[in-house]
Amino acid sequence: MTSTETETDRLTTVQVYRVYIRATPERVWEAITSSEWTERYGYGGGVDYDLRPGGQFQALASPELKRFGAPDVMCDGEVLEADPPRKLVQTWRLLMDPAVAAEGFTRLTYEIEPQGGGITRLTVSHDLAGAPKLALLTGGLTEGEGGAGGWPWVLSGLKTLLETGETMVVGDA
Amino acid sequence: MSDDDRVFKALADPTRRLLLDRLFARDGRTLTELESDLEMTRFGVMKHLRVLEDAGLVVTRRSGREKLHFLNPVPIRLIHDRWIDKYTERQVTALTDLKRELEADA
Repeated sequence: MTSTETETDRLTTVQVYRVYIRATPERVWEAITSSEWTERYGYGGGVDYDLRPGGQFQALASPELKRFGAPDVMCDGEVLEADPPRKLVQTWRLLMDPAVAAEGFTRLTYEIEPQGGGITRLTVSHDLAGAPKLALLTGGLTEGEGGAGGWPWVLSGLKTLLETGETMVVGDA
Repeated sequence: MSDDDRVFKALADPTRRLLLDRLFARDGRTLTELESDLEMTRFGVMKHLRVLEDAGLVVTRRSGREKLHFLNPVPIRLIHDRWIDKYTERQVTALTDLKRELEADA
């Protein structure tokens, strides 16, 4: 590997996503950490969070994804820091595909900041060091080739759900 | 100005689109890296980055003494979900289905 490629790897391991949502920080926190909400946006499965350092995290496959052969547990990881409703740091591994799962755990940080006027700013930083295959999925770059829209799609759905109470339906309406 | 207005305004300038393309190619850059081989003063580049940041298309993070710029694609996704899909999805789907069928036969 040349030095240029090494530098590129270093600079591209973190992905940062930010969205402004008309909702309280508490609601945004719940939308991330409780199944009641996670079943209604993104990949539509429940989550199991033990919200303390060292606690277990699992994201479960929705019934629909299971019909397509997804494993019961889609993602797993460990909670590193939980400061409701402001900050959640955890490890995160996608189990759906063996090649991606083999890349191991990545580090995910949610920062939830009230902006005044009933607006909350959610910033998701995903450090994908050593996980180039996963980085393509989370970046939404495989959309339309069997992949979904990654974080931009998940966060767009989260915003729609919290602001309208409706699940975002794209395309097949 | 609404959020959508800010994004459309930010995207309406070729230099700002170029800055986004450069971040897409390699994310997490400093101002110094971004201004290199641009025919523009440092101040000019800063001004453009500020517009992109106000539109939410660029997010900055501190890393030690450096300020790194990250491309945030979420506002473009929101516009896609809000506008583009509504008007184009059915036609585009029909065309991509046709393309797939024709190519399968070939």
